[in-house]
Amino acid sequence: MPDVPSDAVLDATGVAKRFGAVQALKNASLQVKAGQVVALMGANGAGKSTFVKILTGVLKPDSGHVKIKGRDSTVANPAGARRWGLVPVYQEPSLIPDLSVLDNLRLGDTPVDPFRHWVSELGLPDIDPEALIRSLPLASLRIVDLARALAIEPDVLLLDELTAALPTDLVDRVLKTVRAQADAGRSVIYVSHRFNEIAAICDRATVLRDGLTVGDVAIEPGIEERIVEMMLGGAVAAAVSEDRPAKTVPTTTPRLRVKGLKTGTRLTDVSFDLHKGEVLGVVALEGQGQDELFDVLAGNRKASAGTVEVDGTPKTFHHPADAIAAGLTLVPGDRAHALLMSRSVRENIAVPLLARIKNWGAIRMGEEAAKVGQAIETLQIDTRAQGEVRRLSGGNQQKVTIARWIAKGVQTLLLFDPTRGIDIRTKRQIYGLVRDLADEGAAVLFYTSELAEIRLACDRAVVIFNGRVVDVIDAKDADESTLMRAAYGLTERAPA
Amino acid sequence: MTRWIEANSWTLGLAVLLAALLLMTKLIQPDFGASGLESLARAALPFALATVGMAIVVIAGGIDLSIAAMMAVASVTGAVLMDGATDAQSIPIVIGVLLLGLAMGAINGTLIVVTRVPDIVVTLAMLFVWQGVALLILNAPGGGIAPWLRGLITGSFGPDWLPRAIVFLAVVTAVIWLPIRRSKLGLRLYAIGSDPLAAFRSGVPVGQTRIVAYALCGLFAALGGLSVSMGTGIGEPIPGPYLLASVAAVVLGGVVLGGGRGGLLGPILAVLILRTVRMDLTLLSVDPNVAAIIEGSIMVAVVMFGAVLATRGRHA
Amino acid sequence: MTLTDTPTAMSRLGRLVVDRPLLPLIGLLILLVALLAILNPGVLSMFWVSNTLKIAIPLAMLAACQTLTMLTGGIDLSVGTAATIAAYLTATLAPLIGVPPAIAVAIASALVIGLVNGFGIAICRVHPLIMTLGTALIATGCLLVYQRYVIATGVLIPDFLLWLGTGRTWGLPNSLALFIPFAILVIWAQRRSGFGRLLYAIGANEAAARLSGVRVWQVHLTLYTLSSLIAGVTGLLYLGQIKTASLSLALPLDLPSVAAAVIGGTSIFGGRGGYGGTIVGALILTVLTSMLTLMQIPEGGRRILFGLIILAVTALFIRLTERS
Repeated sequence: MPDVPSDAVLDATGVAKRFGAVQALKNASLQVKAGQVVALMGANGAGKSTFVKILTGVLKPDSGHVKIKGRDSTVANPAGARRWGLVPVYQEPSLIPDLSVLDNLRLGDTPVDPFRHWVSELGLPDIDPEALIRSLPLASLRIVDLARALAIEPDVLLLDELTAALPTDLVDRVLKTVRAQADAGRSVIYVSHRFNEIAAICDRATVLRDGLTVGDVAIEPGIEERIVEMMLGGAVAAAVSEDRPAKTVPTTTPRLRVKGLKTGTRLTDVSFDLHKGEVLGVVALEGQGQDELFDVLAGNRKASAGTVEVDGTPKTFHHPADAIAAGLTLVPGDRAHALLMSRSVRENIAVPLLARIKNWGAIRMGEEAAKVGQAIETLQIDTRAQGEVRRLSGGNQQKVTIARWIAKGVQTLLLFDPTRGIDIRTKRQIYGLVRDLADEGAAVLFYTSELAEIRLACDRAVVIFNGRVVDVIDAKDADESTLMRAAYGLTERAPA
Repeated sequence: MTRWIEANSWTLGLAVLLAALLLMTKLIQPDFGASGLESLARAALPFALATVGMAIVVIAGGIDLSIAAMMAVASVTGAVLMDGATDAQSIPIVIGVLLLGLAMGAINGTLIVVTRVPDIVVTLAMLFVWQGVALLILNAPGGGIAPWLRGLITGSFGPDWLPRAIVFLAVVTAVIWLPIRRSKLGLRLYAIGSDPLAAFRSGVPVGQTRIVAYALCGLFAALGGLSVSMGTGIGEPIPGPYLLASVAAVVLGGVVLGGGRGGLLGPILAVLILRTVRMDLTLLSVDPNVAAIIEGSIMVAVVMFGAVLATRGRHA
Repeated sequence: MTLTDTPTAMSRLGRLVVDRPLLPLIGLLILLVALLAILNPGVLSMFWVSNTLKIAIPLAMLAACQTLTMLTGGIDLSVGTAATIAAYLTATLAPLIGVPPAIAVAIASALVIGLVNGFGIAICRVHPLIMTLGTALIATGCLLVYQRYVIATGVLIPDFLLWLGTGRTWGLPNSLALFIPFAILVIWAQRRSGFGRLLYAIGANEAAARLSGVRVWQVHLTLYTLSSLIAGVTGLLYLGQIKTASLSLALPLDLPSVAAAVIGGTSIFGGRGGYGGTIVGALILTVLTSMLTLMQIPEGGRRILFGLIILAVTALFIRLTERS
């Protein structure tokens, strides 16, 4: 840990934050001097977004402090953070959609002339100040949001994934402007996954892992490797891989074939095959289109292009019920989206059994109890607090969302980060269960934010970056640094 | 200019529709003239004021189901206090009733912000509370109202075709709303309706602004309640059908349920349209009860259409 | 295995209220009856019990509509209208076309109201409150038209409805013969039928129900039709009880039916509660009303009290369950 520099404009030390049972931040720190651009990096779940929320005053830390120009600024209020001199620009522009550009400026007391200056500097000289925000494309909104922040002349500018979904010419301008800010003596915190941008404009990088600041390094050529190592930590060597016979890729029709899938701005072109008996991992940094991919496959969202084939038959899903009828069942990433928190374990597991009109009548209680009981047994769910799912631990809640589909009968299981925030014992059980399901002939698509899990649970992994498949890696080659490099788009090669 | 037309195309369409309806009225009833227009305007006034109040909360992302009940409270309070009062005494009474409206609205808003119970539940409960209050004040229609108040909305101004009720509506709406619309408060009202998170991040005091929106709704409800009394000369403790009518007019007027979009002119025109339809049905000697069914069906259809649009908007 | 909250006295009380709403509710009912006995000694008698039950039963039946719709996070404010229409049609059509056809028309009319509600709520996604208010308005208009155009040859209230509404057997109201099977059916269906379970599922988490393959619109459409059916049947019973066909027969029951369900522990946000609590809620309201009448509290005061009860119970519920 570097000494606290006396000339740090922003100085955050020992920041910790806990949400219920989850310690999101343990001891995070960040120092930014005048004239510096500091990259804030961390893999999924490292605590980056919590840290950003604390820095910007959206959350109050449990302990630690944030000082801007030597004054304590830990207030849970964005307006307060701004008064202290820190202005954030979020990934989702915080502009009011139904107001004009000019009215948005008035709402936040932003001076208009400097705003105009910055907008044209950033490459949008003829933006119409009377245009409604909702009528502007996302890229323009990012620029407007950034120009608005620059016009306030903040001491510290915090940029959160600023260049995502921005066309390259605008990216260059934005990067140049950000660098110029620092050269003019201001400070910038640059939250990003993109090494090329970080190399282009940042002076230093602060790396988070598991809620801790694990490194603060100067940016120099070849630093990417070291940063990747830091994000992975010492755990790399310790990852144990079960020895599994290598699967021969079957030549039969795949259970699920995805071709050229596209939807929204994030998922641009994803193709892969998933066979019976296979566990296919999906590796991606946050926001690379994996959420949209799973939503489309589960019938929760429509694709704008591309096809989904199940057992060789093309399918279009208008409703999750269609996907379920085709055997595609989703365990979503956020358990709050999947569970009836105020209902019992049994009721939660039985919902899919009752969904269709023909099952609306009397429930065969014995049969239901048997199915539910067996699913509970298979997953070893702790049923001591079964009256209300909200009272279960996170791991047991996750098991309930999986048990639902076990009771229904699994063909193709879509698991979206099923082990996030749960204990190691439950994680192991889930890996085992996934393998057993595959051995019994099910197909499993397994997105995980924990790279080590690819080896533990999967046969192969597709790596998605910027909405496209950039790599396909066999489990035996899927050590964490290979996956991490691929996920950061550092090793792009044509998928097989 | 083209942009203005584009941005206000919906409102312009409503204005054209209203003109067409009035023309049709003239065809149905050749001697429809100033007096017909005058009674139309007078009948529409309470509906229009309720709609303005409702439009403001809907713009701010809420809804107020208690609007008709607040109107009843204002109506009976005014009528009871003014019964036998002199003109000079009636002025502070009017001011008092308007303040009462502000207070009722502010209570609704504060309860929503403080209890965190959804607006629709709070204002449903308050609908019953305000109904009860109105009944406690006056058990049956009664009381009286200062004659000058009745004069405010009866008859027409200089040119025959300009009913006083319309002038009254235009003046009170403009005096209250225009300064707000032009100020930062106006921006904030639209901001919390459009995107509360972005508004919070832009430093808007969301809870406070929400309370103001409900207070303004209460103020217009009080004006609406007074206008009921101005029309009939007495206080009405039983709430009229203003809730559904105002929601329908707000939706028809181009204010999206969910907030952030639209203005007040559109809903006012929509009220006039709905009232003109009602009048035309009467002129066509359609049974008033059948007319009520047709009117109700139009309103429900409008609300359904609005809900479909709002759902689409969320998915897009 | 970790329980997520620490058991403080408040949260333990909260859990009791949330888990076993019946116990504190029955306690409250007994308390109110005792209070009534103190206020008016000698009021308690077999006749009083029977009379209270008789008054509470139509209320409890309409409150079933609120309970079922509230389980999904909805509400049905057209039940009073549907009941009134069913009653009025039966009474006025019976002399013209005979009793069974009159009842068939009455029930069919109630079903139409429910179908329209269901269409608006399930397909157009109108908020249930606005939608049911709207259909109530239209339906009332239709009733007025009907009343003007149908040559009323008189009013006939079928004998078996009179027997059901006003008769007594062994000192107890005959309406129990309808109500007890009805209550058993509702309580059974809410836990032991697929449809009942889905009501809870949609109310607890509509998105999760959807992800589990539930086509929510089918449930909504069925639910609001069912609700109007129950309201129509209640209207028939109420007709036998009140013995007059009025255009506003059951309208005063709209608000108390919501209040009964809310007091009975059914969450207005959905996913919690059940009909057992609602029945006790209806009894509490009936006792409370007779107490207010005894104390000569006017109608206005009663409405204020009911409104405040709904608000307070809901706010309390949010506090008690918001522990995650």
